Amino acid sequence: MKEVIRLTAVLTVVCVLAGFALSYVSEATEEARAYQDRLELLSSLNMVLPEHDNEPDSDAMQIGGITYYPSKKDGEINGIAFITSSDKGYSGLIRVIVGVKPDGEIISIGILEQKETPGLGSKITEDWFVDQYKGKSLENARWAVKKDNGDFEQISGATISPRAVTSAIQKGLETYQKDRQEIFGGGDVVQ
Amino acid sequence: MSFNKELIKGIWKENPVFILVLGMCPTLAVTTSALNGVGMGIATTFVLICSNIVVSIIRSYVPDRVRIPVFIVVIASFVTVVDLTMSGYFRGLYHALGLFIPLIVVNCIILGRAEAFASKKSIVLSIADGAGMGAGFTLALVMLGSIRELLGNGSIFGFSVFGGGFEPVLVMILPPGAFLTLGILTGVFSAVEKYRSKEWRKYVIQDLGKATVVRERI
Repeated sequence: MKEVIRLTAVLTVVCVLAGFALSYVSEATEEARAYQDRLELLSSLNMVLPEHDNEPDSDAMQIGGITYYPSKKDGEINGIAFITSSDKGYSGLIRVIVGVKPDGEIISIGILEQKETPGLGSKITEDWFVDQYKGKSLENARWAVKKDNGDFEQISGATISPRAVTSAIQKGLETYQKDRQEIFGGGDVVQ
Repeated sequence: MSFNKELIKGIWKENPVFILVLGMCPTLAVTTSALNGVGMGIATTFVLICSNIVVSIIRSYVPDRVRIPVFIVVIASFVTVVDLTMSGYFRGLYHALGLFIPLIVVNCIILGRAEAFASKKSIVLSIADGAGMGAGFTLALVMLGSIRELLGNGSIFGFSVFGGGFEPVLVMILPPGAFLTLGILTGVFSAVEKYRSKEWRKYVIQDLGKATVVRERI
């Protein structure tokens, strides 16, 4: 019995000490981590949004679980960015940030996160692939890869990844279309 | 002198990757580029040295029966420190190493050194052991990473080496490339080690002796 108490006491002391030490480190690095998170978000937002004079992350709106980041110039919204994702990729989640004009036409997209096969599926991050979505909208494009009679390039040897990206963006655009009224405060949207 | 001995053994004679064959999971997984190798190596070295120090300090207070959980708590704490620090200050590397930072906890090298070395030796020697093992691990990772990056991507540390005409050998970046490179390097290491060892010299001398005898008979 005495032995059990001793073992328990030692383990407890070690764990409590470790807990305190970690909470200290966590607090000490919290600011730096938040700063890095914000830098990351802002740099990806700047990638897909037009020139603006506001802080899209401070003006963000949450609608139905999706966060919309508006970019404003002289107080008027000139672009919206949102993050969409697909789990239909070859491995893991593919997260895509999409920037659209208020009418739903894509300004630019960026791949935030992907774990596709290096050298094959990972080509979805390359410029030639990403750039093909520019200027596309739900109305002016068939949202599928060429192999599936759509408008978007596939990658030879890796059709799954472009398919996932395309459907993720399509899904995002559809949700945006639905939420648009709410984003613009129910008022009329200048087309 | 003993300090130097403990320091150097990890780099060559008891190299954790090529000779002890420990910590294979991060070795195979993160060495797609030389820089990843450096990052993973330094992170592991830091955890290794810190956990060796703490384990060595508390070694006489920890009852034998709970030593493994205590060591794991110590190691996991330092790994969390590395994880938080990297996330705050080295974001690029943090993303590149991804899941493998938390997995340092289960890297056999670290628990192995705590159990086999730091729990029995003084602090100073434990530091030497941790630094040496860490250096050997880093060296191995950088070698693997450089070879794989060079062949699979045509660059080293991100700098293109071959220019435009080079067709990368894709498989070297993919998981099979890790096994191929590791196998060849381990073979080279043990061949060199054999060559250096006294046993080999003994054989050579014996053979030379026989040869001399044979020649004399002729």
